Amino acid sequence: MTTTTSVLGGAVRRREDPALVQGRGRYVDDIKLPGMLHAAFVRSPYARARITSIDASAALAMEGVHAVYTADDVRHLGPLLAQVPVGKLRPLLADGMVNHAGEAVAMVVAESRYLAQDAVDAVVVDYEPLEAVVDLRDAASDRIKVHDDLDSNVIITWEAGPFGNEEAMAETKRKIAEAKQRDDTVVVSLDMVNQRLIPTAIEPRAVLANWMPGYERFEVYSSTQVPHALAGAIAKTFGLASNAVRVVAPEVGGGFGAKLNVYADEILVSFASKALGRPVKYTETRRESPHNTIQGRGWLGTATIVGTRDGEVLGYEIHAICDMGAYSQNFTAAIPFLGVFVGSGQYKFPTHMKLDLVHTNTMTTDAYRGAGRPEAIYYLERILDEYAAAIGMDPAEVRRKNYIPADQFPGAMAPVGFALDTGDYEKNLDAALRFFGWEDLKAERDRARAEGRYVGLGLSSYVEVCGFGPSALVDLGFSWSEYGLPSAFNGSGLVRVNPDGTATVIIGTGPSGQGHQTTWAQIVSRELGIPEDRIRVTHGDTAESPMGIGTFGSRSAAVDGAATYEAAQKVREKAARIAAHLLEAAEEDIRFENGGIHVAGSPDKSLTWEDLAKTAYQPHLLPEGLGGGLEAHSVFSPSNATWPFGTHIAMVEVDPETGDVDILRYMAMDDCGNVINPMIVNGQIHGGIAQGVGQALFEDAIYDSDGNLLTGSLVDYPLPTAADLPNFELRRTVTPSDANPLGVKGIGEAGTIASAQTIVNAVVDALRPLGVRHIDMPLRPKRVWQAIQDAQSGRNG
Amino acid sequence: MKISLTINGREVSADVEPRTLLVHFLREDQGLTGTHIGCETSYCGACTVLVDGKTVKSCTMFAVQADGASITTVEGLADNGQLHPVQEGFWERHGLQCGYCTPGMIMSAVGLLQEKQSPSEDEIRHAIEGNLCRCTGYHNIVRAIEYAAAKMRGEEPPPPDWEEEEVSV
Repeated sequence: MTTTTSVLGGAVRRREDPALVQGRGRYVDDIKLPGMLHAAFVRSPYARARITSIDASAALAMEGVHAVYTADDVRHLGPLLAQVPVGKLRPLLADGMVNHAGEAVAMVVAESRYLAQDAVDAVVVDYEPLEAVVDLRDAASDRIKVHDDLDSNVIITWEAGPFGNEEAMAETKRKIAEAKQRDDTVVVSLDMVNQRLIPTAIEPRAVLANWMPGYERFEVYSSTQVPHALAGAIAKTFGLASNAVRVVAPEVGGGFGAKLNVYADEILVSFASKALGRPVKYTETRRESPHNTIQGRGWLGTATIVGTRDGEVLGYEIHAICDMGAYSQNFTAAIPFLGVFVGSGQYKFPTHMKLDLVHTNTMTTDAYRGAGRPEAIYYLERILDEYAAAIGMDPAEVRRKNYIPADQFPGAMAPVGFALDTGDYEKNLDAALRFFGWEDLKAERDRARAEGRYVGLGLSSYVEVCGFGPSALVDLGFSWSEYGLPSAFNGSGLVRVNPDGTATVIIGTGPSGQGHQTTWAQIVSRELGIPEDRIRVTHGDTAESPMGIGTFGSRSAAVDGAATYEAAQKVREKAARIAAHLLEAAEEDIRFENGGIHVAGSPDKSLTWEDLAKTAYQPHLLPEGLGGGLEAHSVFSPSNATWPFGTHIAMVEVDPETGDVDILRYMAMDDCGNVINPMIVNGQIHGGIAQGVGQALFEDAIYDSDGNLLTGSLVDYPLPTAADLPNFELRRTVTPSDANPLGVKGIGEAGTIASAQTIVNAVVDALRPLGVRHIDMPLRPKRVWQAIQDAQSGRNG
Repeated sequence: MKISLTINGREVSADVEPRTLLVHFLREDQGLTGTHIGCETSYCGACTVLVDGKTVKSCTMFAVQADGASITTVEGLADNGQLHPVQEGFWERHGLQCGYCTPGMIMSAVGLLQEKQSPSEDEIRHAIEGNLCRCTGYHNIVRAIEYAAAKMRGEEPPPPDWEEEEVSV
């Protein structure tokens, strides 16, 4: 094994951190404006009920309460915009009916946070409770319809194999059916739940809207991943020009997809601010958050694999019901479709996917880290392990045998119908197996087993689709056109060299901890040679950035990063012309090195950036026709999404007496193409793995049959703590993407997509000697213990 | 009710509603917004401060209970612009991403290192299990605290564990 370098920047410390470690970071709830009022919401205690009356008189009589708004006040503004308007859209405030517990029924605006909450308690709402629909099969049966005005609770069915080609899909189904009929094949099938999760950014969402009378414009601060979409939504809702709305996303305390939405509260506080002529702030409480901010996942499905006894998979099927909750918001109905993109994983075998998306009387689901992809990869990589066990083959070798071969890249076509960018799956698997010592790990597990310990090894391959994206995705409904934004997912980067030789970089992203100020300074410094500490990066402000799609879907570096790289190149070209003029040299001989500019072979013929920039802003000193200033803006559309991939391995030990799972080692070999800052990339992988482990072992958004959320606080919804997680052993292979000039692929979600089934595969491996075939997540001790008892008494598998 | 207390070495007197939570008093009355609110059940730890040298979750303590106490918030850690070793460790070892849990996490780490000069990894992990982080998976937070512990003992911190190189086969 050898090592090479493919790092475009290096592990430099983050520019963001000095303010944050000193408590000087500015988050939305930290901002106070003169005259600011506070909003709070009256929420439904029922999952499904008719609202028979709302009496706000006692609340309105309280001194310092300015308004109580209901659906009657805001009906003309709604429903809430959604980019994929499939299914029932959310009214801004419940209008006659409530359809999930915690749905907002009225908004109170008062002088203080405490007073607003007091007034909420004084609003009297009468309800006529109705039977709720929570169970996914029940919902799909249409026994009770969530919305009377829809034909069915099933709002759409996504089917692929490949997507969009009926004839080829029929052929795929025929091949799979034939393979099942053969008597030399093995068929393995499992019913599995990929449970609902509550994203739980540690910063609850917050929004502060300020309508500025006379200026006739909004200034809005929001804890959002998509400031431009919010600005577009506010402009559209209130009939304003886009430049009459400024949205600023200051520090954002985690997002994970849950802040990739325009929320009713953002529209409502804007409405209240305009109506009252005062700034209005709303900050979610943690108890409200699961009812107010989207949840994720929620699939109930059956995965079936058919293959030969020597490991050749002949077909894979998944049929799942996917929980959309009561209303469709931004991308709700598109999220399972992201699972369709990666439904056949890294493999070449015929794949048929059918996903029925249903409304239920629960909170809306939408993008949560991975968004459709962890679900799809979970079913595939779990059933592959069961198949490997059924034929007695090493799970790594089963995967190797079925990979799309390296010679199909770039542009290999996945069986579900999408072209991949670049890939070399076997190289990555081999790197993982050799570097982490797969054979030694197996021997260690076997030794432990011989000692009577329940130690297991789990392995999962994964491929992800991210870095959205190419303009062609618009045809599939992936765009931001409903919010009045340019319809594609293009990236934006503006690079400006200031008259003092420093640089300002303005990008269209909306990060929530991904370190863009650092990484983008590295991208620009690498092109221009201006030291990173003289480059300031700003993001998340719609008044500064001409366009921006925000930060989600592991897209920022691959799209906005590439745009910034292109903008820096344009600046460099102009700088080279100015330098050539000043140094009386040929443009092609100008070198940007060591923080300055010189002529190749003549280090004494040099300029500082300050010299050059000063000249650039004095047009009379420039070559004829060049024009003053030194800045460039680039809008970049990649030729494809990026498709990172990798292999994760976990070693766990289960205590059969208690069902407790201990992660002994967690090892990850990821391939996200070229890397800009390995420190930041590793941090993204760590966090991603932790969220997948959280799903595997701890987290579960549980609704009872009446639609009450039983896990609505952090007391009942356990996030992984430091004591629950191991150190992560990370290495990587590098297969540069050909979809962008940096050769990078997204890495924000990879860890989450890879890890849940890696852990479950390991636990099942540990318990296979006891006869356990599958345990549904989360693998909390009681559930593991019960699975052991059931297996022992012949009830499992 | 009238209260008098010391915050980051400064004497403060105030008149507060009895129901005012300490965290709201710090953030809204005193403008010390570095102390964050992530839940209201003492689970997330984003609101952790030192009260008379002990780590306390300020979202479940009333401001009136702090009467006469000495409180240190994250804003009070740096000394004349010089970062506290724990703050430095978080910066050096990428112990934060979004930064929201960070002030509480740092205060818990400061509390730990006041009691134990050389905590084991296991002790570090248990000491911060009342502080939730959703971004880092804790790996680099543990490294950051190990860095700070070494620094405070006057030793060279262990090197970072991220790799610059890829693996090729």
